Amino acid sequence: MNRYLWPLIAVVALLVFLVMGLRHGDPRALPSPFIGKPAPQFELPTLKNPEVSIGTEHMTGNYALVNVWATWCVMCRAEHGFLLDLAESGAIPIYGINWRDSRPDAIRWLQELGDPYLASAYDEDGRVGIDWGVYGAPETFLVDPDGTVIYKHLGPLDPAIWQREFVSRMNGGGAD
Amino acid sequence: MQRFFVLLVATFLMSSAAAIDTDKRFDDPELQARYEQLISEVRCLQCQNQSIKDSNVSLAADLRREIARMIEEGKTDDEIAEFLVVRYGEFALYRPRTTGKTLVLWLAPFLLVLFGIYALARVVKHRTSLPIDDDSEIKG
Repeated sequence: MNRYLWPLIAVVALLVFLVMGLRHGDPRALPSPFIGKPAPQFELPTLKNPEVSIGTEHMTGNYALVNVWATWCVMCRAEHGFLLDLAESGAIPIYGINWRDSRPDAIRWLQELGDPYLASAYDEDGRVGIDWGVYGAPETFLVDPDGTVIYKHLGPLDPAIWQREFVSRMNGGGAD
Repeated sequence: MQRFFVLLVATFLMSSAAAIDTDKRFDDPELQARYEQLISEVRCLQCQNQSIKDSNVSLAADLRREIARMIEEGKTDDEIAEFLVVRYGEFALYRPRTTGKTLVLWLAPFLLVLFGIYALARVVKHRTSLPIDDDSEIKG
């Protein structure tokens, strides 16, 4: 009996790791190195007006969402309706980073589908995207009033994800 | 059938014709070699099983551009690796650095080999200690 005990334990341990690996969810979702760190500083022209610039300091003082989007991004279209609802509800200010996109296309997209963003920064060459560790739009960062990133979501948002992952992380300060 | 093979060969020729980033970034061959070495060791996060050297997606192109810029600025390989890890995590490097977090990755293979040698030694020692003229114990 005893001679089978250790191999059995080894196999069970392997199985546990296998199941954990399979249940991990989206294999593309990586732990973000930004959680708990200050949001990366940037300064970019806004999408709608190249003369006006927007940066990280405009987004602090309240909980805020920073949503990375682009017109070539299919899943951004999927979450757009929810972002509009969220903006309408006034639960949280939403800022956009328009990532590696064409300005006219992006402006047309907002005109046609509606604009949930207080403002969108226009990151034409993707340099700010790199500073934020973006690797697949849509990505949504939750920034706390101090300007610290407290959560990042990869993929489209929906009401369930919003309730589960975002609202629970904002201790009452989000709705005002 | 012959036509099929011609098509097959043509397909392979086509893909090699579309090779990525074949332009020289640097005139200095030493810098070019460093650049190529670096980009072959950075994971493309949009297409996770390719390096940014092999990938054509936009993010890979951006990262190649940033790495070329940092080489031009005289940054060391370690500084460039740090730049990537701060933004994308250790996962971005195909050859993780030896830090506290990744130490187990580097040591695990050696520990497993040592454990294997130990287990083998025990089995061999046990078997050689069995009486030669009586193999009933082995069968049992």
